[in-house]
Amino acid sequence: MTTDQLPAGETETTGGGAAVTVRDLRISTTSGVEVVHDISFEIAPGEVLGVVGESGSGKTTVGLSLLGHARRGLKIAGGTILLGDRDIRAMSDADLRRLRGSLVSYVPQDPASSLNPALRIGIQLREVLEAHGSTDDKENAARIAEMMREVALPDDPAYLKRYPHQLSGGQQQRVGLAMAFANRPRLIVLDEPTTGLDVTTQSTVLTTVRELAQIHDVAALYVTHDLAVVAAVATRVAVMYAGRIVELGPADKLFESSGHPYTRRLVGAIPRLTGGRSLVGIPGHAPSPGKRPAGCAFGPRCRLHVPECDEKVPDMVPLGPDHSSRCIRAHEVVDFKQDDYGDPVALPEPQAEKPVLTIENVVGYYGSTEVLHSINLTLEQGEILAVVGESGSGKTTTARAISGLHHSWTGSIRLGEMELAKSARARSTDIRRQIQYIFQNPYGSLNPRKTIGESVGQPLSVFKVASGKKADAMVGEMLEQVSLSAAYARRYPDQCSGGERQRVAIARALIAKPSILICDEITSALDVSVQAAIVELLGELQRELGLSMVFVTHNLPLVRSIAQKVAVLADGSIVEYGETAKILANPQQEYTRHLISDTPSLEVATGEVASGAGVADGERPE
Amino acid sequence: MSQTESAPALAEGVDVPTPSVRSTALLARSLRLWRTRIGAFLTLILVVIALAGPLLAPHASDDFIAKPFSSAAASGTVFGTDYLGYDVLSRFLYGGRSILLTALVATVIGVVLGVVIGLVAAYARNALDDILMRLMDVIMAFPQIMLALVAVSLVGAKNSVIILAIALTTAPRVARVARGAAQPVVERDFIGATEAMGVSRVRILFGELLPNILGPMMVEATLRLTYSIAVIAALAFLGLAANPDAANWGIMIQKNQVALASEPWGALLPILAIALLTMGTGLIGDGIARTAAGIDRERGDE
Repeated sequence: MTTDQLPAGETETTGGGAAVTVRDLRISTTSGVEVVHDISFEIAPGEVLGVVGESGSGKTTVGLSLLGHARRGLKIAGGTILLGDRDIRAMSDADLRRLRGSLVSYVPQDPASSLNPALRIGIQLREVLEAHGSTDDKENAARIAEMMREVALPDDPAYLKRYPHQLSGGQQQRVGLAMAFANRPRLIVLDEPTTGLDVTTQSTVLTTVRELAQIHDVAALYVTHDLAVVAAVATRVAVMYAGRIVELGPADKLFESSGHPYTRRLVGAIPRLTGGRSLVGIPGHAPSPGKRPAGCAFGPRCRLHVPECDEKVPDMVPLGPDHSSRCIRAHEVVDFKQDDYGDPVALPEPQAEKPVLTIENVVGYYGSTEVLHSINLTLEQGEILAVVGESGSGKTTTARAISGLHHSWTGSIRLGEMELAKSARARSTDIRRQIQYIFQNPYGSLNPRKTIGESVGQPLSVFKVASGKKADAMVGEMLEQVSLSAAYARRYPDQCSGGERQRVAIARALIAKPSILICDEITSALDVSVQAAIVELLGELQRELGLSMVFVTHNLPLVRSIAQKVAVLADGSIVEYGETAKILANPQQEYTRHLISDTPSLEVATGEVASGAGVADGERPE
Repeated sequence: MSQTESAPALAEGVDVPTPSVRSTALLARSLRLWRTRIGAFLTLILVVIALAGPLLAPHASDDFIAKPFSSAAASGTVFGTDYLGYDVLSRFLYGGRSILLTALVATVIGVVLGVVIGLVAAYARNALDDILMRLMDVIMAFPQIMLALVAVSLVGAKNSVIILAIALTTAPRVARVARGAAQPVVERDFIGATEAMGVSRVRILFGELLPNILGPMMVEATLRLTYSIAVIAALAFLGLAANPDAANWGIMIQKNQVALASEPWGALLPILAIALLTMGTGLIGDGIARTAAGIDRERGDE
């Protein structure tokens, strides 16, 4: 135990004149269950504080509270939020309204739904200025032009006459940023503004945020679930778990020598461009509000757990200037070497005699538009082939064509020696059984009206593999194999978390013993720790069952942890295709290089490597 | 390194309670709302009157008791006699059954037909969708009562004709709602998953899609029942019932309205009955709809 603990609620100052000071903030549901506990932090002008946490950790709730807002069903129950020296909680509704958009502004997650689709962007930008009292047309026009230049968009009148749907997702989000910075606020809250954007777009948006905050001395709170994004944008980071800040400190400190086991595990769960280590998930899941233990909420999942952890919620333990952790063993944790990351991946050697899947000259269409241009790929027995690209590159269309869900293509797809029909319905039962598809979104891929058991058992009856008691037993076994328990068979999808649902989807795909598994962005809707667990599971299953897999993803570092071969897709064509290690270490195409350097990653952020390119293999000797 | 551990305990609902999707649960939860309870209460009373009424009636439906439009006191009955000298109470107790049963049968046929058409159209997403829905639009262009009138005056006022006419005019309205509800479900991945498995189309429609639109369809069914009752009563009022002399609420209103000022019960009782019955079914539908949409959840949970 340490003796120099800070009294509860005291935080490190970042050098006088903080733009925002939050102390002992507590937010509860209207029925009195506390959701967010004892949040204290400060943000200095010009500083970006990243708030990282997995879904349900309360990060967005904290972000919104800085605008004096609580979502429906929630209320700010205690604590102070000072903006400069003004207390937001003491303000009237009218004062709050004046405050929002002028002193504090907000950039929401989805730019498409935050802009009014019926108004030209120029008008929407002017509205922001006019709403806060600047009515001089000439002056406003000049301000708008300046704002547009700041977010690297054209400022000509023709561009301002565009409607939101005429802009790309990244451009829309930059308009959102321009609006947020328009009235020169002192604080700006960004709620996952780059989720759903391509890596290239994401990296420009991140740069814009960082620069604007610096230039205009604006304090920014950046809420995200993506540690790599935080590493790219934030100077300080608060890690949230189960409604509490568990670690607060400078970004580089947090990633290199974190003082909380949860942060350690999170960092270990992030796929990395270097080295190709296997990912390690965090077993269990976060306790929901009202079910949180009396002691450390991470205790039950923690490998360093000791009985004292359960006595009371640990206080923040100072670890250095500006760095503190809510763990009673923080000092021990900091001293650990970085060996919490997984072992280097040992991917099995594919048997290269006979390809199980051959794709030859496949040209895909949407209506009369050609979206895939002569795709050629082969998949060996026991191989995992990653198909990588940005949205619209045709990677999902390729995957759907293989599984018979996209019918409009020409060319040839062969399973072993057998030519495949275009639609799944036209294929034989045995072919449909051999190729199984796992969807991106586990929230949509399970019928909400069917129990898990019914969903997982469906292939057995459709493919006439088994029925009755035998089928039930197989479902139970399969559920155990994907690390759920057989008891899950009686649950409905809405009683499962996202990670559990994706396991169910994997179970459904594997139960009929397929030879090829097609995974379409199956981890993109999941938290990093869950993603790591799913990838871990897939790797195990693949080795056990000798499966061949097509793994579609936009996440390059993830590819490093799972696939032997990679195909990089751009605009419907394969631009690069070969062994993963070689391509990531030494990309031949400009496009691949961009993709790698734009991918936010811990290495780039912490200066481990200058850029994604030129990374050697196995840089961590055993 | 750590293995993924065995199954964690049951995941609790996260921040916001997600509305449960199962339809039995939906019915049960909607009964927590007062509007649903009142609706169910009204409907139950009138259904009991309509079904069990003939057993309780003091007289046969065609017993002459006294002179037409005798007062209660003069004829020794509860509500007096009607235009033919029958006992009003007995006529009333006999007169609900046919309306209710005709409406129920017509609505069931109409809803089933409409759901099938709506599901097929939503799942087809091609020319068939357009053809089906434009056909429905054509039928919907005519008011329900008018089509029923035309059918009855062409073929004759048989029960089967009335039922068929109402069912056929109910179907397009149900089909629209069913298609609208099914469209977003069709786009969800679990439909794609069953397609990739090669599950038959019929199974996808009724095994995968239908359970996901049961909620809105329940609302629609109660609403359609309300309308069917009203239309059938209206047809009877216009003299277009299978048997114009039978005890029937619609006919009672029409025949007894002349005495509304002096001996009101003959018309008033069936008017009240139809009004309360349609209100009752309407309130149930409304209650289910509100529960499904999550309105009133806080109040309803109290």
